[in-house]
Amino acid sequence: MREIVEKKVLSENDRLAAELRQRYREQNILCVNLISSPGSGKTALLERTLASFTPTHAVAVLTGDIQTDNDARRLSGYGFPVRQIVTGGTCHLDARMIDRHLHEMGFRGPGLLLVENVGNLVCPSSYDLGEAAKVVLLSVTEGEDKPLKYPGIFHRASLMLLTKTDLLPHVEFNPDLALENARKVHPEIEYIALSSKTGEGFDRWLYWLNALQHKVQQAAAAINS
Amino acid sequence: MHEIGIASSILECVAAEAQKHPGAQVLAVGVRIGELAAVDKDALDFAFEAITRDTEWEHLKLEVQWCLRRQKCLSCAEEFSVPDFELACPKCGADNSTCIGGTELDIAYLELEEPCAKS
Repeated sequence: MREIVEKKVLSENDRLAAELRQRYREQNILCVNLISSPGSGKTALLERTLASFTPTHAVAVLTGDIQTDNDARRLSGYGFPVRQIVTGGTCHLDARMIDRHLHEMGFRGPGLLLVENVGNLVCPSSYDLGEAAKVVLLSVTEGEDKPLKYPGIFHRASLMLLTKTDLLPHVEFNPDLALENARKVHPEIEYIALSSKTGEGFDRWLYWLNALQHKVQQAAAAINS
Repeated sequence: MHEIGIASSILECVAAEAQKHPGAQVLAVGVRIGELAAVDKDALDFAFEAITRDTEWEHLKLEVQWCLRRQKCLSCAEEFSVPDFELACPKCGADNSTCIGGTELDIAYLELEEPCAKS
């Protein structure tokens, strides 16, 4: 006998992520989930991003790694709350981890919550963290065909950041081809090229964050009023 | 390698559903996986076998239906599959379409063997 079930495999994670999304909305928090291969520059991006904020900004960072709290230590010198999530072997962050660490960190909105996922282009794409947007990073030292090799995450990401553009004169990397490949997978994906070392492109990235935060705040105001 | 986690979630769902059918034996679980779901079928098979070995679920069969990406044309409403990332509509040529399939990660059904009715 066949019993029809029709249920999401990750329905428990999805349920928790929906709760987080509701909480972000109520507290006016913009949550952004940063995803990339190991070594594409997520932490460097966060360092320069945090350095550009004034202390009046309400910002918090959750950073995931399989081992070590190196990233949290790197990011803790900018005056904003940072918490390391050590997954102990798990290759992605899930909604339960975010819920627990957010609670323990005591961060309340309004503000910006930046989540640095575990370095991995595959597994994090399956787990909804309640974020308003997934941002995928691709560095110029990788291959232009990565969007085609890992279509899942490029399909789900709202924005692709091409990182380490200061290295472009030294590597054979064609940014136009990388963007073309990303848009084959996801025609509407937004794109910003930047360097966390020189700051090139950072104005566009900060503008993008600001615009999204404004949009989220307006949506929250409409719902909460 | 999040397939272990995916396999565990599938098994948790099977266990919960099985409780609704006391006495029945669950022979198979059917799942739908889209090509954009970032799940590797072989790794999932391997993970599922590993977590069910030497348990009450050892003989449970995992039946995977692999789902290709499908788009719907926003100009002419044609629905089409997408080989090699070719997103242009095969009917009208428009390149504005929306994704309607390929991201599935669903449990579709269970195959159950109900206990024989007592005569």
